[in-house]
Amino acid sequence: MADSDGRQVDSINHSTGNICRLKLFKRKELTREEKQRLRKEKKQHKKNKKDDRGPPEKEKEKEKASVPAPSKPATQSPAHKAAPVPVNASASESPVAAEKPAKSKAEQRAERRARQDTERASKQGKKEGGQLSASSKPKATPNELQPVVKRLPEHIQVDDPAALKKLAKKLERQQVRQINIVPLRSDYGYKVSLFSHLHQYSRKNPPTQQISIPATVIHPSIVRLGLQYSQGIIAGSNARSVALLHAFKQVIRDYSTPPNEELSRDLVNKLSPYISFLSQCRPLSASMGNAIKYIKKEISNIPSQCKEEEAKRRLQECIDSYINEKIILASEAISKYAIEKISDGDVILVYGCSSLVNHILCEAFEKQRKFRVIVVDSRPRLEGKEALRRLVKKGIRCTYVLISALSYILPEVSKVFLGAHALLANGYVMSRVGTSQIALVAKAFNVPVLVCCETYKFCERVQTDSFVSNELDDPDDLIVTRNGKTHLENWQTVKSLGLLNLVYDVTPPDFVDLVITDLGMIPCTSVPVVLRVKNVDQ
Amino acid sequence: MPGADKETDLSERIESFLSELKRCGSGAGSLRGSAETARETTALLRRTTAQARWGNAGELMEIIRKEGRRMTAAQPSETTVGNMVRRVLKIIREEYARSRGSSEETDQQESLHKLLTSGGSSEDNFRQHFAHLKANVIEAINELLTELEGTTDNISMQALEHIHSNEVIMTIGRSRTVEAFLKDAARKRKFHVIVAECAPFCQGHEMATSLCKEDIETTVIPDAAIFAVMSRVNKVIIGTQTVLANGGLRAVNGTHTLALAAKHHSTPLIVCAPMFKLSPQFPNEEDTFHKFVSPHEVLPFTEGNVTQQHLTPFSTLKTEIVNKFRKKKLTQK
Repeated sequence: MADSDGRQVDSINHSTGNICRLKLFKRKELTREEKQRLRKEKKQHKKNKKDDRGPPEKEKEKEKASVPAPSKPATQSPAHKAAPVPVNASASESPVAAEKPAKSKAEQRAERRARQDTERASKQGKKEGGQLSASSKPKATPNELQPVVKRLPEHIQVDDPAALKKLAKKLERQQVRQINIVPLRSDYGYKVSLFSHLHQYSRKNPPTQQISIPATVIHPSIVRLGLQYSQGIIAGSNARSVALLHAFKQVIRDYSTPPNEELSRDLVNKLSPYISFLSQCRPLSASMGNAIKYIKKEISNIPSQCKEEEAKRRLQECIDSYINEKIILASEAISKYAIEKISDGDVILVYGCSSLVNHILCEAFEKQRKFRVIVVDSRPRLEGKEALRRLVKKGIRCTYVLISALSYILPEVSKVFLGAHALLANGYVMSRVGTSQIALVAKAFNVPVLVCCETYKFCERVQTDSFVSNELDDPDDLIVTRNGKTHLENWQTVKSLGLLNLVYDVTPPDFVDLVITDLGMIPCTSVPVVLRVKNVDQ
Repeated sequence: MPGADKETDLSERIESFLSELKRCGSGAGSLRGSAETARETTALLRRTTAQARWGNAGELMEIIRKEGRRMTAAQPSETTVGNMVRRVLKIIREEYARSRGSSEETDQQESLHKLLTSGGSSEDNFRQHFAHLKANVIEAINELLTELEGTTDNISMQALEHIHSNEVIMTIGRSRTVEAFLKDAARKRKFHVIVAECAPFCQGHEMATSLCKEDIETTVIPDAAIFAVMSRVNKVIIGTQTVLANGGLRAVNGTHTLALAAKHHSTPLIVCAPMFKLSPQFPNEEDTFHKFVSPHEVLPFTEGNVTQQHLTPFSTLKTEIVNKFRKKKLTQK
């Protein structure tokens, strides 16, 4: 093992940047089998280290299931591939050469899920006083049913100190080989108690302040993107996704595979700290989440014999085709369907600035439909002004009101077109705050509500109210100066005053009459069907 | 001549009152509360009764009606003026009837039989001259004024009957009645208040800071978030500008949305309105009661230049007061 130990040491040295020593040793390209063996040994080494540190519960679980399960809460790092379940133990321990990487990855993902399940159960068992027999049982069953155990997204666990500590550790660990760390942003101001489980950041403290220069871990285009997100320069789910994909293209262009790694695995590892950084700047949107999943899948599907240049070109093409298909062509298709719904003499109400809805209206205007538009806007973002500007530039007759005048203006309206941030699996529409209000009042006046949404924004989450998962924007945005008086200027000093600046809200499906997607016009409740069909396709 | 001086003095006061009414509606002057307007109107009417020249009740009523019409014309949206004028006219009729000595009941109720058989108009009845009518009327108006003073307190006294501890209450904009109501309850109970800021004037901010002074947990939310947070609200308590004859309300912008959201979540809606806000007007059409204010608060004229260059018309609307609606539970003094 000395030789492999030596190589192992060298590989670790290599990753800390000691390139000169590396060059002396690693002159020839390792074959694939050697690379895999190296990887396996590295993991074994790391696992042994963790096993030493594991608490005594591990032994109890060993007795129960005769499998060493690391009970230290592990994160999503794909490099850790322990095997708690006896069935899959052999499969992961001996990477068959002919095995496709995707298959073993799926199994390993399943194992990881099962392991996390048991860990969670064991943590609960610890709290209840060590009823580990009950906790280890679920370990067996998840393996039989394909486990769909979801990890709670960390951005809704701000009130749990254990989760925060986990996040801090995860951020640290991602930079364990480098000096700089992805900064952990601190919350700002008094948070309304109903929302203490969410983050609330101030725009005046961007996360990039804490990054030292040069930020060798995080690619500069990602830093720029994060800053643009946190300052609100790039806003709107389509814009954010497209910007993200372009930044990833740049990252891939600048990426070069380290010698004993495979592009398909290493690139994914490289992207993880970037994604953590971006989610610290601003919580990821559903569209961004889906885009990231797609990219990760594409990267891991790159066959190992593919040369680096070829692989990079292929990935760039994938990203381009994703943007083209899911966003640009989808909006064309949606416009085509939506224009059928716009007749001459219509008065259309829109809310805020949705790129898709603006596109539809501009297309309809070009097709010589006669209609006029009412733009509803709300404080504090006042995005409607942007929509107003774009529509008026096209030559469409517009009226501009604030959302409080909604019940006055609705009797004139014939249709309401709304954009969406995401469509949830139970048919709820997640969109900018105020959308549900518009849908509610439109329903009361019997005005049809049409939501326009691309299919890449469909997500499997289920949510029934706007509290459980939301985003809190900077509370200082609510402060306004009128007639020289700013009433809320010193709101921080007043003990019992809180400002709430929500970003999203969910609209129940009974307020929405139709959803126009690139697959056609469907009712709100058909979202899970579309998701199922999409998953089968993939 | 003392009489002429009094008259000019009176007309001066009326003129200044009218100009104040005209100004305050546009938002340029100080926004005064309805209670103040009611008090000033009543005081002015009392002065008119004292100083104007009139011989009998009929003439007095004519004078009051004339002044009342002028005042309501100055600011049609301020309905308390009209309400107080009507109250004073009723006082005059009552005092006249009492002076005549006839029992109030038979005279007040204009039974159908009486209407058919009497034939003539009842205005002749007000031509008699009574020496003490003036004093009686002025005394009755004084009573009315003291009644006005105590309205807010009387409403606040009922606060504890409606608010339990640990409640979440939602309100919109700024209403002095609701403020006093909540402050009174806060002395004994602990609860949370969510205030919708009510753009563009953002009077909700003032309300929130004033409530915080009494250590009430307050949260300010933008108007767009009303439906989003409504599911956690236990009660909605609002003030209003006018209560219409069919039970509808004429209230600040956004109240209709608030009411619809409350109805969707089956949250009780309580309106705190003193007596002088009750109006006999009916909302015949939806549009009759709206008041518009200059749109420059919403979209300044400077930004309009962008669109002018492209020669495209766009219209900006901003409604300050919108009337609506039926669903509510009324709490009166």
